[in-house]
Amino acid sequence: MSAFNAEHIAALRQELLRWQGYRPLTGACAEPALGPLNSAFPNGIFATGAVHEFIAARAEDMAATSGFITGLLHTLLKKDNPSLWISAARNIYPPALAAFGIPVHQMLFADLRREKDVLWTLEEALKCTPLNVVVAEVRQLDFTSSRRLQLAVETSGVTALIIRPQPRVLDSTSIARWQIRSLPGSIDDDLPGVGFPRWKVELLRVRNGKPGSWEITWRDGQFAFKEETVPAKKIIPMRKTG
Amino acid sequence: MSTRYVAVWLCYPQTDWYTRRNAERANRPVVIQCVERNRRIIGEVNYKGEAAGLQKGMTITDARALVPELEIIEEENGLLEKIIQALGFACIRFTPVVAMNQPDGLLFDASGCAHLWGGEQPYLEAIEKCLRRWGYAARAAMADTIGAAWAAARYADEKWIAPGEQLKAMQSLPPQALRLEETVIAKLLQLGLQPIGRFMGMPRRALQRRFGSTLLERLDQALGFAIEHLEPLVPPVPYAERLPCLDPIVSATGIEIAIEQLLDSLCKRLAKEGKGVREAVLKCFRVDGHVQQIQINTTRPSIQPVHLQKLLALKINTLQPDLGFELFILEATRVDDAEPEQQRIWDGGSSDKAVLAELLDRIEGKLGKGMIHRYQPAAHYWPERAYSRIEPFAENKNNEWPVPVQRPRPVCLFPRPVSIEVTAPVPDYPPMLFRYKGKLHKVKRADGPERIEQEWWLQSGDHRDYYTVEDEEGVRFWIFRDGHYDAKRQRHWYLHGIFA
Repeated sequence: MSAFNAEHIAALRQELLRWQGYRPLTGACAEPALGPLNSAFPNGIFATGAVHEFIAARAEDMAATSGFITGLLHTLLKKDNPSLWISAARNIYPPALAAFGIPVHQMLFADLRREKDVLWTLEEALKCTPLNVVVAEVRQLDFTSSRRLQLAVETSGVTALIIRPQPRVLDSTSIARWQIRSLPGSIDDDLPGVGFPRWKVELLRVRNGKPGSWEITWRDGQFAFKEETVPAKKIIPMRKTG
Repeated sequence: MSTRYVAVWLCYPQTDWYTRRNAERANRPVVIQCVERNRRIIGEVNYKGEAAGLQKGMTITDARALVPELEIIEEENGLLEKIIQALGFACIRFTPVVAMNQPDGLLFDASGCAHLWGGEQPYLEAIEKCLRRWGYAARAAMADTIGAAWAAARYADEKWIAPGEQLKAMQSLPPQALRLEETVIAKLLQLGLQPIGRFMGMPRRALQRRFGSTLLERLDQALGFAIEHLEPLVPPVPYAERLPCLDPIVSATGIEIAIEQLLDSLCKRLAKEGKGVREAVLKCFRVDGHVQQIQINTTRPSIQPVHLQKLLALKINTLQPDLGFELFILEATRVDDAEPEQQRIWDGGSSDKAVLAELLDRIEGKLGKGMIHRYQPAAHYWPERAYSRIEPFAENKNNEWPVPVQRPRPVCLFPRPVSIEVTAPVPDYPPMLFRYKGKLHKVKRADGPERIEQEWWLQSGDHRDYYTVEDEEGVRFWIFRDGHYDAKRQRHWYLHGIFA
């Protein structure tokens, strides 16, 4: 009976999503290995073929955001497909990206001279299907241009990750808005040194999903999620026995 | 009318080529050095050098002993062929049929050409004079056969051999004049068969048995008993299309239509020859004689009219038609071999690549060249030089990025290190706190130092001692002190990057 109920409720939820204007994304195929991040999105799968926004409020956050995005690229990139990184003031250091397990020699970097060309280039790139993921550093993004990006993404299925350094207005149609801040590195047993990169990843807003906040460490070539985020399930069998 | 051939012998092609670049060399002995069986020998010597007693084939050491002020130039591979070919193309002014004669000459089929210069002797003089004006010493000779002309250019005093006189002329020449292999010539000289007249009348079977059939063949060719063919140089036809207009074109739509027509015919021709456009220029001739042009570049050879049209259309607004354009010329100034279409059948990636290339072209066409690139690792420890830029579609030789487990690198690296103020407890210790952009950062954890030395063969200066430090907020910085700690001298600290 309860199984029937669960099925019924899931179906109703799907219908509700459809009424709310949610369309299942075409680009998503295999579930990316993103652990609890997946569950924050509708249907429990990280939304590819959509526009994600990353807020970097402070100058220092740029590094943390770039690091997290590179980690995302590692999980999202299909084999042999190039990705494009568009910027007008790029500080990214290519040799460091190799530590996040992505084939850096396959990444294309567009270093533009003027800030205002970034949006045009981004829109053109989002129409190009062979590109898997496009990363862009956009300082100013208004509602109209973000809708244009959304339209481009809907037809091509390319994932756009937009970094917004010190944004003035937050008015866009992106599916998710993230904020990444660095946390003190994770170290085992109080060893000296700095440790693995660790971030506080906040999903500030997600369309039809559940915003949340996680502590994520990059170690051994993949994301490691802190166990605290999934505590409930482990306790249940304990109760049953007791 | 009988056929007449001209043979041109360039006496010192390579040294003349270098002299053209530096006129002072004309008054100095100059030799071209080449390596043969691990010996450095003279490959070519100029007039001054010959006068000083130098010869081709002499070792460089001997030559230096003879002429101390000798200038020696390393032989450049393929240069000689390039010179001969360029001169060949330039000589098409004398006759339509010019052939290269490796290694150091040209052959013309001059039948029916000489009368335009007022006779055969003035014709030869004109050729020599013209080459001399370009800076090349040359001897031109004319005869009924290629062989006789070749021999006369190099070995005879009389450069003009009258029609039908080649038998007489050849008799007094040495056997080298027959274009034979070294071994055959050596054999002939050993037997004292010199000049050619001495063995010309010998029984053919005896000659063939002793010296091989090449000797007979060359002899026949020189005397006109055997036919010899020239392989003429064909000048490349430029990939250009013209479109004259009856009425001047003023509107952007009109220009677009013109481009479409031009591209259509150009791409058809390129497709037939298996080439693709890498660079094209559209020249627009205005009614008042003013010429305007727009240029496009592609990252991969393309013969897609639609794609090329898009690239050109991006730049149409830079044209100023005023009273209108009356003539359009579209020229592909650079073409490359196109990748064969068949690949698409079994290699799915190929069309993806084409779509991507079109995107890159659009971006670079609008925003300027060299905007998009990839990076590959470079073998340097100095952080700024640890990678190198490559073209989007270049073959990269070096894909293995060193995984920096031991030596972490920051995700954000500033193009120039930023000076910071620090407080460090002990000389060789990471700082306790530092001030960056007016904000004080307290160091909680630190790692290092990693010393990176200057690459002295590239630049001089102090080494850098890098530390990874983490402040109380968890932001990780990459800072360094340049040089050793020195009590007398203030050492500066710099912030170079921020870790992820």
